[in-house]
Amino acid sequence: MTVLGIAGAVRSGQRSARSVVDEYLGAIAEGDDEIHAFNLVAAEQARARADEIDSTVAEGRDPGPLAGVPVALKDNLCTRGVPTTCSSRILEGWVPPYDATVVGRLHGAGAVMVGKTNMDEFAMGSSTENSAFGPTRNPCDTSRVPGGSSGGSAAAVAAGFAPVALGSDTGGSIRQPAALCGVVGVKPTYGLVSRYGLVAFASSLDQIGPFTTTVADAAAVLDVISGPDPRDSTSIGDSQPPVSATLDNGVDGLRVGVLAELSGDGISPDVAARVRAAVSALQSAGARVAEASAPAAVYGLSAYYLIAPAEASSNLARYDGVRYGLRVDGASTPDMNTASRSAGFGDEVKRRIMIGTYALSAGYYDAYYGKAQRVRTLIIDDFASVWDQFDLVVSPTSPTTAFSLGERTADPMAMYMSDVCTVPVNLTGQAAMSVPYGVGDDGLPVGVQILAPALGEPIMFRAAAVLEASR
Amino acid sequence: MGAEAQSIPGLGAPADTEWETVVGLEVHAELATETKLFSASPNRFGGDPNTHIDPVSLGLPGSLPVLNQKAVELAIRVGLALNCRIQPSVFARKNYFYPDMPKDFQISQYDQPINVDGWLELPTGRRIGIERAHIEEDTGKTVHIGGGGRIHEAGYSLVDYNRAGVPLVEIVGHPELRSATEARQYVAELRSILVAVGASDGKMEEGSLRVDCNVSVRPAGSDRLGTRCEIKNVNSLRSLGRAIDYESRRQIDLLTSGQPIEQQTRHWNEDDGRTHALRSKEEDHDYRYFPEPDLLPLDPSPQWVEQIRQELPPLPRDRRLRLAEAAPSADAAHIALAVERSLDELAVAAIGQGGVPERVMTHIVHNLADGPGELTPQALASLVGMEDKGQLTATQAKRVLAVLVDRGGSPQEAAQKLGFEAMESVELESLVDGLVADHPDEWSRFCDGDAKLTGFFVGQAMKATQGRADGKAVTQLLNSRRG
Repeated sequence: MTVLGIAGAVRSGQRSARSVVDEYLGAIAEGDDEIHAFNLVAAEQARARADEIDSTVAEGRDPGPLAGVPVALKDNLCTRGVPTTCSSRILEGWVPPYDATVVGRLHGAGAVMVGKTNMDEFAMGSSTENSAFGPTRNPCDTSRVPGGSSGGSAAAVAAGFAPVALGSDTGGSIRQPAALCGVVGVKPTYGLVSRYGLVAFASSLDQIGPFTTTVADAAAVLDVISGPDPRDSTSIGDSQPPVSATLDNGVDGLRVGVLAELSGDGISPDVAARVRAAVSALQSAGARVAEASAPAAVYGLSAYYLIAPAEASSNLARYDGVRYGLRVDGASTPDMNTASRSAGFGDEVKRRIMIGTYALSAGYYDAYYGKAQRVRTLIIDDFASVWDQFDLVVSPTSPTTAFSLGERTADPMAMYMSDVCTVPVNLTGQAAMSVPYGVGDDGLPVGVQILAPALGEPIMFRAAAVLEASR
Repeated sequence: MGAEAQSIPGLGAPADTEWETVVGLEVHAELATETKLFSASPNRFGGDPNTHIDPVSLGLPGSLPVLNQKAVELAIRVGLALNCRIQPSVFARKNYFYPDMPKDFQISQYDQPINVDGWLELPTGRRIGIERAHIEEDTGKTVHIGGGGRIHEAGYSLVDYNRAGVPLVEIVGHPELRSATEARQYVAELRSILVAVGASDGKMEEGSLRVDCNVSVRPAGSDRLGTRCEIKNVNSLRSLGRAIDYESRRQIDLLTSGQPIEQQTRHWNEDDGRTHALRSKEEDHDYRYFPEPDLLPLDPSPQWVEQIRQELPPLPRDRRLRLAEAAPSADAAHIALAVERSLDELAVAAIGQGGVPERVMTHIVHNLADGPGELTPQALASLVGMEDKGQLTATQAKRVLAVLVDRGGSPQEAAQKLGFEAMESVELESLVDGLVADHPDEWSRFCDGDAKLTGFFVGQAMKATQGRADGKAVTQLLNSRRG
């Protein structure tokens, strides 16, 4: 079932929200032991909420555009009264006293939260293997990873546990798992969706977005969760036109670039072939295609792996055992801080905190953090030139299809390379999404990434709809 | 050197003329906003622990700061009052672990503060440079339970986050103060300015004004700065003076005995009157400052800054100048006191309405310490006019003034109600003649030039009239009769 199909049926009274929710909860109960998409399933709460929606419909009131739509939330989105763990031991026992802005907006639109999804701890990873609660498996092939860090959300949608899930994307954490699981995943323009209530990994890069099975569903959900929020100073102050309204406008006459820097070395040939096929499809639909170039983009991964850990080292300082979450006692307060953090954080989180702390240290700041920020500026400038010539740019989302569980865990650099195509967009703040476009030689899904300038979502979704229709 | 410093055992003889004390102050002032710097919790002193809190001021996961525009306006007022340049600024994170800091970083301003390059003029006329005055958030408070409240002996600690996120402006002065006295003048003047512009209540005892002082010494005449020590926990103007005197004495003694000064942070202990080493430079934090990604750069429009400038009330310095103009013979200290007590406007107005400046200032300085109450400038001017004409004695005037402060009205009315009708001069003359006749011995001693006897006769006159007689008029009559 699609988001729009469910909402339509519930709004018109054809189906009860309760029956929809029960059906999805049944699927989770049957399949999630194997997949482990969820850290927590809020079955009782979901049923109660579905009954409320049904009462609203019965009373003839508007139940909202997403009435009765089950939604899975990445476990770094704060949910009032429901534990939010970031798949980390350090948040053990913490129950947020407030809802993230996006959670409130989904609730207000009539959606029903069915559970919190697994992730790499604090969103640090590309395979969801860095979860303190065990990995998530890819529903397309359970010996493979679902990608990460929003692997639980991607897997939940791919497995049919929910028609929509929200994730967060700091360096590709929505798009890469969407590609690996064969679903649609959107990283909106930085500031389009409020971050209030998203547990921060890297504040200048984090952005919340949806996973769905169709492009139209993603547009409908984005239209609900986006928009100005006075609680987030970085949220864009002006309301944007709904993406759904122009979904079917096609790509005739649009200028589409194929990004040279993300098409060559390191891209698996079967993935590259699918991207070429997508480009042809856009061309057939009337787009004018040419090669585009953003030379500094090749340094994106290096800059990203300094900026993101630097911000993370500061964002994660508050997990000190004083106020909430895990506390391991020590002889003094600093000893208690150290003991709590040593026990509470996993290896990858510790690695990034150390890298980030180092990058910001006196005497190293200019060489690492400062230089990375200068590279970021260069990439922004390069893309500004690209947008002078193109409306959209196309690239692979991930260099490969889903890899096997355990394949890259021993080699952080190999794991980091999974993000090579996705991180430049987080550094520039512009919009991007991944659309499933066939399979690779191994029969596993391949995602095509569409990049648009800041607030270019309407055009980006038009191209995504064309690709979806041409599959 | 102050007397207190010299009295401490084990310290050598002072050598003031050979050494110069150099002081630079960092003053934290809490801004008088309704709500916190980044959230809607109340900015209020006291309250039950952890009642003025919310997800943002507790730094809960997922919470984000939103800048309080009122705090920015107050900070700009401070900048303008300190003659600073207001510039585009950036918030930064200052990272260090401390339990009373909810996020384990403090949002502050680092290399791009909002106010830079200003100055403050001491009442003596000397200008002290202000390096910067930036905005930052306050921390919570840790209470150590057991072990007499000292952290190292405490059984456990409790944290109150009511103060966490309260807006502060940190005013960093150049090391241009040259004594404990100047440092006290600087803080007193700064406090007057902060209160005058409505930026802060300036209460040191409630911690809304906190002073860290950097002290160093150098041979008199040298233009190089010595190694400095930073002194924390100075909670009153008096402690500030004592701490600086003690610390400069300590440093001079080290240097004169050939020992080096170690750059340290030191803690002022009010009880033993000494500073104690807290940590050395090597133990200082690496704060790993970087721009706060959750906040946009702060770039106040020139129009807004100009509007704030237009709305600034007169500053203490200007008010002192105005009062000095109105009362040219008044003592500078009295002028400063009048301004500090916000009595200057009343004084200027009363003088403007014909009040004799000297008499007006006497009441301002001595009789209005608790504020002017219902007293109007017109009433004050009339009151001193009555005194001047001998219609009221100083003692009577003081009592009339108390009534005017309490209930308002005119001094004539109040004097009448109190039964203070001025003695006619004929009545006073016959009284003096009677006293001379009744006390021949005292009179002859007075005529021989014993000035003490003036007091005797005035006292007798007062006694006879229950205070209605004007002492000055009595003296004049005595002198005229002596011939």
